[in-house]
Amino acid sequence: MTETTLPSHRAGRRLRPVWMQPLGLIGAAILIALALVAVLAPLIAPYDPLTQEARRLMPPSAEHWFGTDQLGRDVFSRVLHGARLSLPYALQLVVLAGLLGTVLGAIAGYFGGWVDGLIMRMADLVLAFPDIILAMAVVAALGPGLFNAVLAVVIVSWPIYARVARSMILSLRNEPFVLSRRLLGASSARTLWSEVRPNITGPLVVLVALEYGHAVLILSGLSFLGLGAQPPAAEWGAMVSEGAKYFDKWWMSVFPGLAILLVVMAANFLGDTLRDVIDPRSKRHLS
Amino acid sequence: MTAPLLDISDLTVSLPAPDGSRLFAVRDLNLRIGTGQIAGLAGESGSGKSLTSLALLGLLPAGARTSGRSGFEGRDLLSLSERDRAAVRGRRIAMIFQDPMTALHPMLSIGRQMTEHYRHHFRVPQAKALRRAEEMLDLVRIPDPKAALGRSPHEFSGGMRQRIAIAMALCCEPSLIIADEPTTALDVTVQAGILRLFERLRAELGLSVLLITHDLGVMSAVADEVSVMYAGRLVEAGPRADILTRPRHPYTHGLLGALPGAGGAGGMAPIPGLPPSITTHPSGCAFHPRCSWSQPACRGESPALQPVTPERRLACPVDPLAPKETLS
Amino acid sequence: MMSPLKSGWYRLPGLLRYALQRLGMGAVLCVGVTFVSFALTQVVPGDPVTANLGERAAADPEIVALYRERYGLDKPLPAQYARYLTRLLQGDLGISQQTHRPVATDLATYMSATLELAIVAMVLAMAAGMALGIVAAVWRDGWPDQVIRVVSLAGVSVPTFWLALVCLYLFFFKFNLSPGVGRLGPGTPAPEALTGLYTLDAALRGQWGLLREALSYIALPALVLATYTTGIVTRFTRAAMLDSLGHDYVRAARAKGLPAHTVILRHALRPALAAIITVSGMAFGRMLAGAVLVESVYSWPGLGLYAYRSALTLDLQAIMGVSLIIAVIYILVNLAVDILYAVIDPRIRY
Repeated sequence: MTETTLPSHRAGRRLRPVWMQPLGLIGAAILIALALVAVLAPLIAPYDPLTQEARRLMPPSAEHWFGTDQLGRDVFSRVLHGARLSLPYALQLVVLAGLLGTVLGAIAGYFGGWVDGLIMRMADLVLAFPDIILAMAVVAALGPGLFNAVLAVVIVSWPIYARVARSMILSLRNEPFVLSRRLLGASSARTLWSEVRPNITGPLVVLVALEYGHAVLILSGLSFLGLGAQPPAAEWGAMVSEGAKYFDKWWMSVFPGLAILLVVMAANFLGDTLRDVIDPRSKRHLS
Repeated sequence: MTAPLLDISDLTVSLPAPDGSRLFAVRDLNLRIGTGQIAGLAGESGSGKSLTSLALLGLLPAGARTSGRSGFEGRDLLSLSERDRAAVRGRRIAMIFQDPMTALHPMLSIGRQMTEHYRHHFRVPQAKALRRAEEMLDLVRIPDPKAALGRSPHEFSGGMRQRIAIAMALCCEPSLIIADEPTTALDVTVQAGILRLFERLRAELGLSVLLITHDLGVMSAVADEVSVMYAGRLVEAGPRADILTRPRHPYTHGLLGALPGAGGAGGMAPIPGLPPSITTHPSGCAFHPRCSWSQPACRGESPALQPVTPERRLACPVDPLAPKETLS
Repeated sequence: MMSPLKSGWYRLPGLLRYALQRLGMGAVLCVGVTFVSFALTQVVPGDPVTANLGERAAADPEIVALYRERYGLDKPLPAQYARYLTRLLQGDLGISQQTHRPVATDLATYMSATLELAIVAMVLAMAAGMALGIVAAVWRDGWPDQVIRVVSLAGVSVPTFWLALVCLYLFFFKFNLSPGVGRLGPGTPAPEALTGLYTLDAALRGQWGLLREALSYIALPALVLATYTTGIVTRFTRAAMLDSLGHDYVRAARAKGLPAHTVILRHALRPALAAIITVSGMAFGRMLAGAVLVESVYSWPGLGLYAYRSALTLDLQAIMGVSLIIAVIYILVNLAVDILYAVIDPRIRY
């Protein structure tokens, strides 16, 4: 019954596969390469990221491609090691926020009524707060640290998943194949799991890809403000922040910042392309 | 007959296909419209009739190409520069679209929409344009035209909106109006009113109308001449009475049979099969797969549209009605 | 039978009725916002006593008890919320631990700088984003569209704080095109306050030299802050324009012989504008958040810098104050957007 029960939003789908679209391909390639860098950093980094290896504040040279920082650490090695922090923590963030938001949104959409009202008004409220400032407040209360920053951003970023999941559920709830399942006596939860979940994963994957970039940005932003990763951790946002104190030593902040830009752009390229491919309809609404 | 107002000869419209080849949406179309004449162009959706009208106005989608000629007021519309064409659009040839719900701009007042093109073409002050718009609304029998100018489209019913769209088309005194399915989106009772309006405008203003529709019932109400299109080609053309009472092309025959309440022996008999899409035009006569009269010859060459009487043209090699037809 | 109140309500003009309705919803949302901020100060597992008194004072049980009583921390939560709300309504947002002034006073001092920065950046982002989005939609899938797609994706991908630093380094340090950080030069007195926005005040008072100086200082932070929003507005404008360019009324406008720019800017842009403005309302919220990062780099004396310094000292009252005020601004902006939407699109009012 898979062919006949495809929901309408897939009917007009553009069949150009992801690998035909250069932007998506570039994004995916960069992300894979960066994931490899994260895994292999201890092997490929020429120096240790946390110990003094050379004279302090050296500009880029053949030995130190990205120069050295105020403690004589090799910036290139630190940037490579930074991938080990930014990438997994951002992933943790989107997975946690995605799970929380999807579950809440699915509950709201499936049960409707006051449950829906309560959850979605909560989402509206959280959205009314600017994310980074609310996250700052949470971090200020929890104490600084990368994991606390992740928790803080989860609290402020679940509503977008909830909204998407809810609207998908709402449009699916009255599809004949879901109704028939319910009439056949399947429980609500079972129906949700078996029929609805496969249909909302596509849009959620797109959303996760797009939000991944945002997660990297906000986490590095909090670290830049001194609320996320703490020195001496080789975290990109914190490195930019340290570099800002040595204003004329541009290499200290330029390279970690470029690394952030690279990750976020790659994630956005991929997410943007995935959206076109998986869910052309949402192009108009989400964009 | 004096020189026709619009004289389309050998119009061909092609669109780019995804694989780089060309798809022919309209082929070798010949059509004339005299001054004060209402010419009907009939055919199912996808037959190329709407693209024909867009080609005349130069509004084809990007990538489309045309060949042939379409003489209009001493010029060839197809070879005009974009600038000259824009001067013809709305000014000499106006167009009315199928759905007045979507063809009128939802956020601009009626007054604004009715004056903007008049002011653009005639360079007159707003007050004068508004007076003109008011006259036109009155002409199409919109009650209280002055108040109507200040309203938004959503405050009018579908039939009223179509009247407004017609009034808008008339503002710049065009000599030809192209009406693309002008009544399809309307109720039957409202349809009749709109069609009578066309007849009256023709009589009062000497307007020519190219009436594009899939509905031969609409055709039979007002058109002087009827041309029938199938898969991008004309298959039959002639005076309305002749075509509608004695169709000679099997497709016209089928269309009439498919008409509810038609006088044909079979009553309501739909044509079997579906019209071909632009990507799958069959060889030979494009209608042969659906034709109950088809013969092996129909699959070979595409039959040309040829005069069968002084007034009628037909593109069918079989023409089983030929013997019964007497020259009038 | 309708009550007189109800029938009177339906006699109001549509737009006014709509605006009042929205205003009511905005008020409800504001109450909700206070609830969230209260909940955060309470639920979040950080001890406000330690945070606000410091380690040494917190070790003294007598001081702690006094503190708890003073702030009602010994009462049950609903009573605490009621107390919190009453204090809010009186304009009491607590005392900033960092400045030792009432948070409300601090907010009033710093708000105008942030508003000025955000408004200038928003105007820049709207102008650039709409222009780019329109070009991309009109040349859909052509090279301008491709270039704009990459540029706008880059715009939403660049870390604001880093861009702020790089721009400062280039335009101030290297090329000397920007006068540097702050709102005005060190010796320049601020214009006498009318609105609190230096550029506007200087212009209103005809102090052109001062206006030039204020503009030269605001240009760089505003451009940096506008980058992200420009990307967002570009992408939405493109999508909304593609949608409206495909409509019959646009074809009808072309068939009337109107010139291309009229068709694009009047007929196609107008319906798109409604969507663009809605998005801009939401983007404004994100812009206020981005202001924290930009202000901290450019020493721009606004709410963001205040929040940043408060966060570093874990000054919860001050941060909650900033969150509250920005949430309220956000709600007000979106209220204005909703009403503007109804003005643009007459169908909404009914």
